[in-house]
Amino acid sequence: MSNQVAQQAAVPEPPTEDAPRRDVGRELLHRLFNGTPMLSVLAVLASLVVGAILIGFTNPRVAEAAGYFFARPGDTFAALWQAVSGAYISLFQGAIFNPNRMDSVQQVLAPLSTTLYYAAPLIIAGLGVAIAFKVGLFNIGGRGQMLVGAGVAGWVGFTVPLPPVLHVAVALIAGALAGALWGGIVGLLKARTGAHEVILTIMLNYVAYLGIQYALRNPDLLRNQENNNPVSPPMMDTAILHSLPGFRVHAGILIAIAVVILYWWFIERSNLGYQFRAVGLNPDAARQAGMNVGLVTTLAMAFGGAFMGLAGGVQVAGQVTSGFTANIDAGIGFEAITVALLGRSSPWGTLVAGLLFGAMRAGGFNMQAAQQIPIDLVLVLQAFIVLFIAAPALVKTIFFYPKGARS
Amino acid sequence: MRLELRGITKRFGTFTANDSIDLTVEAGEIHCLLGENGAGKSTLMNVLYGLYRAEEGEILLDGKTRHFASPGDAMRSGIGMVHQHFMLIPVFTVAENVLLGHERRLGGIQGARKKVKELSERFGFDIDPDALVQDLAVGVQQRVEIIKALSLDAGVLVFDEPTAVLTPQETDELMEVMRQLRDEGTAIVFITHKLREVRAVADKITVIRLGKIVGTAESTASSAELASLMVGRSVSLNVEKGDAELTDNALAVKNLTVLDKVGHKVVNDVSFSVRGGEVLCVAGVQGNGQTELTETLIGLLKAENGTISLNGTELTGKSVREVLDAGVGFVPEDRKVDGLVAEFTVAENIMLDRYIGAPFVKGATIDFATRDEFAEQAKKDYDVRAQSIHSPASSLSGGNQQKVVLARELGRELDLFVASQPTRGLDVGSIEFVHKQIILTRDSGIPVIVVSTELDEVVGLADRIAVMYRGGIVGIVPADTDREDLGIMMAGELPKHLQPAAEEVEA
Repeated sequence: MSNQVAQQAAVPEPPTEDAPRRDVGRELLHRLFNGTPMLSVLAVLASLVVGAILIGFTNPRVAEAAGYFFARPGDTFAALWQAVSGAYISLFQGAIFNPNRMDSVQQVLAPLSTTLYYAAPLIIAGLGVAIAFKVGLFNIGGRGQMLVGAGVAGWVGFTVPLPPVLHVAVALIAGALAGALWGGIVGLLKARTGAHEVILTIMLNYVAYLGIQYALRNPDLLRNQENNNPVSPPMMDTAILHSLPGFRVHAGILIAIAVVILYWWFIERSNLGYQFRAVGLNPDAARQAGMNVGLVTTLAMAFGGAFMGLAGGVQVAGQVTSGFTANIDAGIGFEAITVALLGRSSPWGTLVAGLLFGAMRAGGFNMQAAQQIPIDLVLVLQAFIVLFIAAPALVKTIFFYPKGARS
Repeated sequence: MRLELRGITKRFGTFTANDSIDLTVEAGEIHCLLGENGAGKSTLMNVLYGLYRAEEGEILLDGKTRHFASPGDAMRSGIGMVHQHFMLIPVFTVAENVLLGHERRLGGIQGARKKVKELSERFGFDIDPDALVQDLAVGVQQRVEIIKALSLDAGVLVFDEPTAVLTPQETDELMEVMRQLRDEGTAIVFITHKLREVRAVADKITVIRLGKIVGTAESTASSAELASLMVGRSVSLNVEKGDAELTDNALAVKNLTVLDKVGHKVVNDVSFSVRGGEVLCVAGVQGNGQTELTETLIGLLKAENGTISLNGTELTGKSVREVLDAGVGFVPEDRKVDGLVAEFTVAENIMLDRYIGAPFVKGATIDFATRDEFAEQAKKDYDVRAQSIHSPASSLSGGNQQKVVLARELGRELDLFVASQPTRGLDVGSIEFVHKQIILTRDSGIPVIVVSTELDEVVGLADRIAVMYRGGIVGIVPADTDREDLGIMMAGELPKHLQPAAEEVEA
């Protein structure tokens, strides 16, 4: 009798011991952001190979030589080699070092200077994605956060007269705070209502874009009063990150490096960063350990937004100082995702990935000019990098990378 | 069918999981494979089942050498396996699950239905072939697994830790089924680390330790003998403890009611108190409100009604942080999900709930020197077997993970200690250690609450036992209460002759 009752009473639960709760989205994020450094390097190599194939297929001289492939196959290979090596060499020359232009120090250093110039906002924005990911959040809102940051930093830059240095600093900090607010809204909504951060950030991208457009049409807000186009006034001279004379690079790269160091200290050394990582890796355990998961979520998005806002500030104070439009983010908000991905959200990885992408931007223009290969190739390379990082098994197969002996 | 394994050796890199293992299982015999977690039992069975290929050795069925490239091969040769975690598709019916992968052999869905009916009648299972698997209780799902194996005329049946998910009653019924199968001539391999079960059902016992066979035993062997074979040293299965010396510290819970998301009472008007220096064990079949009770105690769930107070301080409605700061140590039920961050190192896990202020944080920066020193000490004191304090927690065995959790929770000044299923999934050696720590904590004069579904553990540790059933406490009885009576209480009834005792203990 009692046995029967007991059996009814048993409300058996599935064993939780070896079957942790699965969350496919979270797992994918982990896989995307937690690969090994080796995987990142191999992904870049693999995408260069794919890029070479694309160059070969689209190059008119290769196509011409392929027309008589069976008569003289050597021609095809020669043309192929020429097209691919030409493209990558010109990419390298535009980004790092050009042996054909060594007449002055300025010429020698110009490509590197351009790379650093493009890398600065990419690195800062990359950290804006990376820090959110440390808490398991996907910050797709880089564009909106950058636009808000750029708008506020720009406004400070062309309306508030301040002494030099201080003016730039105030403008950039104002931009970062605006970005933090824009990102923080997302974190707060996520923590309070459970709304998904991807949806929220994407929607806020539109809000920010249309908001900036509105402000740029309104002479009382951001529009240049001397002009009817939706463009802001130029920055005051005191609010500009001036380029080194003769080069493009400016103090933005120093700010980027400072932010990388700050990020490193925060994630690796600080107790708040420790909570960020704990919540990101295992929110249940973090909650049981007394951590305020909602607060950490809100802060993570706010910090991510702050980095993005700062990147927006660097855009208006360093890259486009003569007045900006609603496209001031220059696609960096999205490219930052790839940067963080390639850098596995680590401080130094993101720095290196940002430099690589800066180099691709710098070299891409040179490649287009010298080899008539469209700069879109750079986008294709970046897209394939993401693809390969998302499919580690594919990369491992391509490179005969040893598989884990035991899982 | 007679199964013979000869000299099976399986290596993973430099690690030898099975070291030339010989094993013979006769038809009509229940052969227990006993060993701690990680001893190599499951690896051996996966070799047999065609999931792994052994580096050396051979598998013989009825004297003929066989090679299995896949589980499909093994199944066709008459080897069936009932996995610890069921390999069933919840939205399929029983018959569809049985049919899956053997459509031709069983002759389509009608053939499968007939087979299920026939087998279920033969063993008295009472299973409807058209029932959806997700609607079945865990014990019944396991029977579906058994039917799946039998439907392919398995001559050798492997049960891999089958009782881990079962209630005591379901376990008894499973053993009855195993005996019935044996009597019909099936060779049964029963993998487990639970000594009580081994002694109840085994015809022969083989003990594996660190990938090697360390001995065989008859079912008449005592639990202590088996345990010492398994662990490699003598272990005490009984918890040694002195009489409770009560102190004035106390946790008082009054009329506590907790609702779940849909408004059901998961904890229903529960009142009890625990004095310093005693262990109150909360017993009961899993899912009767114990989890919710402990989670409410530490502030993870909000009480709908009632109060919790510790040494006169109100804890009701406080956040987890505030409760922990009030001196509550908590070992969560599921350490992998709630107790540890698997990717964190041992040292990082040691500071998981002490991330603000002294001793591990100075200003806003983690004081790595102090933390690592503490972690090294904890590793030594709690005998945590890890390569270093900088190894990720995921690389540790379950027992060592639990030691990390204990080291963390007991590493600070406590006023109350709550441990939920502290030994679930642990090996004998670790269980002994954990129990010792719990008793030491009790003897330091603070109230201790242990929630457990294992009756042995409850009886061994408790000074008093509270039995929960459907969210309420059936009664609080002395530790020397008869097991039979505790079983009846777990089903929701308080035996008449226990009522005076229960009242006395409660007061």
